[in-house]
Amino acid sequence: MSSERPPVPFVVLAAIGVAFVVMPLVGLLSRAPWQTAVGDLGTPEAATALRLSIVVSLAATALALGLGVPLAWVYARVAFPGRDIVRALTTLPMILPPVVGGVALLFAFGRRGLFGPALDAIGIRLPFTTAGAILAATFVAMPFLVLTVEAGLRSMDRRYEDAARTLGAGRWLVFRRVTLPLIAPSVFAGAVLCWARALGEFGATITFAGNLPGTTQTLPLAVYIALETRPEVAIMLSLVLLAVALAILVVMRDRFLRAL
Amino acid sequence: MRLALALGVAAAFVVCACSGSSTGVDRPLAGDVTVFAGSSLTDAFKKAGDELGKANPDARFTFNFGSSSTLATQITNGAPADVFASADDANMQKVLDAKLTDGIPQTFASNRLQIAVAPGNPKKIAGLADLARPDVVLVLAAPTVPAGRYALEALSRSGVTAKPVSQEVDVRAVLNKVSLGEADAGVVYVTDVKASGNRVTGVDIPDRYQVVVLYPIAVVKNSKNTTLAHRYVDYLTSPAGQQVLAEFGFSKP
Repeated sequence: MSSERPPVPFVVLAAIGVAFVVMPLVGLLSRAPWQTAVGDLGTPEAATALRLSIVVSLAATALALGLGVPLAWVYARVAFPGRDIVRALTTLPMILPPVVGGVALLFAFGRRGLFGPALDAIGIRLPFTTAGAILAATFVAMPFLVLTVEAGLRSMDRRYEDAARTLGAGRWLVFRRVTLPLIAPSVFAGAVLCWARALGEFGATITFAGNLPGTTQTLPLAVYIALETRPEVAIMLSLVLLAVALAILVVMRDRFLRAL
Repeated sequence: MRLALALGVAAAFVVCACSGSSTGVDRPLAGDVTVFAGSSLTDAFKKAGDELGKANPDARFTFNFGSSSTLATQITNGAPADVFASADDANMQKVLDAKLTDGIPQTFASNRLQIAVAPGNPKKIAGLADLARPDVVLVLAAPTVPAGRYALEALSRSGVTAKPVSQEVDVRAVLNKVSLGEADAGVVYVTDVKASGNRVTGVDIPDRYQVVVLYPIAVVKNSKNTTLAHRYVDYLTSPAGQQVLAEFGFSKP
C-alpha cells in the first residue's frame, strides 16, 4: 500500500471530518450511566423494546429475503421492458425520507388506504400492529438486500450455471445447488445490511404503525420517547444500537473498511 | 461630531423611554425570534406571529412545535429557543429548574379535553366510557406528553380503563390518526378539534372528568433578542393576543 504526503488543507479538513462524526459518539458515551447500565437496560420498557426490535427486524429480514432474492434474480437475469424503471421504483425507499414512506404505506394499506378495505375484508389490519411495524421495516430495508444480491448475481461466474445446465440440471436445481452457494456472501451481506436498516427504522414505523410498547414500539421509538423522561434509559438503548452497528462494521469489514 | 453625539443621546433617551413602557404603543422591533411551543398551540401561535409581524415588519417569528416534553428536553440541552410555551406546568418547571427562563413564566391560556372522532361520529361515541369498547380503535398521546397524561387523568376520573392502540408523540399526531381514519377516537384538546375544521367531530367530556389544562409561557434566558421575545409574550397576554387565542378556542387562564 502506497502512502503519500497530504496537502496541509486536506489534513485539516479530514481531521474536521473525523471529529464531526466521532464527536457525537463521544458525547453519547460521555453521558452513559455506566453504574446503572444493567438496571437501565433491565427496565420493562427497555427490555420490551429490545425484544420487539429483535422480532421485527428479523421478520423484516426474512420477508426481504423471501421476496428480495427472487426480485434480484429477475433484475439480473431477465431483460424485460421497463426493467430500469421498476428497479428504480423498488430502490426508492432507500432514498425516500422514511416518514414519507410511512405516509405512503398509510395511503396504501391504512384503513382508508387504497387497499385497506380489501385487506380489512379478509381480516388483516396493519396499522397499529406488529405486522405493520414489520411491513414498515421491510419497506425501507429491502432495497439494501436487493441491490447487494443483484450485484452478486451480476459479478458471479455464470459458466458454472451453464455447465450444470448442459449436464441436465433444471433451472430450479441450478439456482439452488449452483447459483445460491456462489452468491451466498452477497446474500449474507445484503441480509445484514437489510437487518441493520430494519433495526434502525423510525419514521415509517411511527407514521404507519404507531407507537405502543410491546406491539410497535421498537428500539428507536423507545429511545425517542424515553429521552424526555428517562434519558439514562434512552442513552443505554442508543448504546445498544451503536454496539450493533459497530459489530456489523466488524463482520462486514471486507466490504466497508477496505475500498469498495 | 457634536451633532452625532447629540443624536446618540437623543436615541438613547428614546430607547430608555421605550423599554420603560412594557405595554402600550411600542416602537416597531426587528430581528428573529424562535418560539418553542406545544403542538396544540400551532395555529394560534402562527396567527399571533402574523399579527405581531404586521406591527413589526422587520421582525421574523419562527416556530418549533412539538410535545412540550420534547421541547423542554431540547431547551435544557441548549436548543436556541427565545420563547417557550408549554401545555403544562411540569415541563415549564424543567426549564425553570435549569434556570433557563428570563423572568417568571406567565399563564396565558387554558384548554379543555375533547374526544375527536370521525366526522359525523359513525361509531356513536358518546363519552369516555365508549373508548373502552372493543370495536373502538383508540389513540392517545404518549403518557410522557402533557396531552397523554391529561387523557389518562380524565379516563381514570371517569373510572374507564381503555387500551390505546398507539401512544403518539404529540397531540397533533393523535388528531392526524383520527382525521386519517386510522383510529376511531382520540383524546385531544377542544382547540385541536376546532383547528381540524370538519375533518373530525368533537365529543364533549363532562366537567366532572375534565382536567385543568393551563399554558405557561416564558422568555428563555440567553435569548439573542430578549426585547422581541418579551414583545411576543406580552402580545399573547394583551387583549389583542387573547382575542387571537379565543378565535382558536383557547380560554382565559
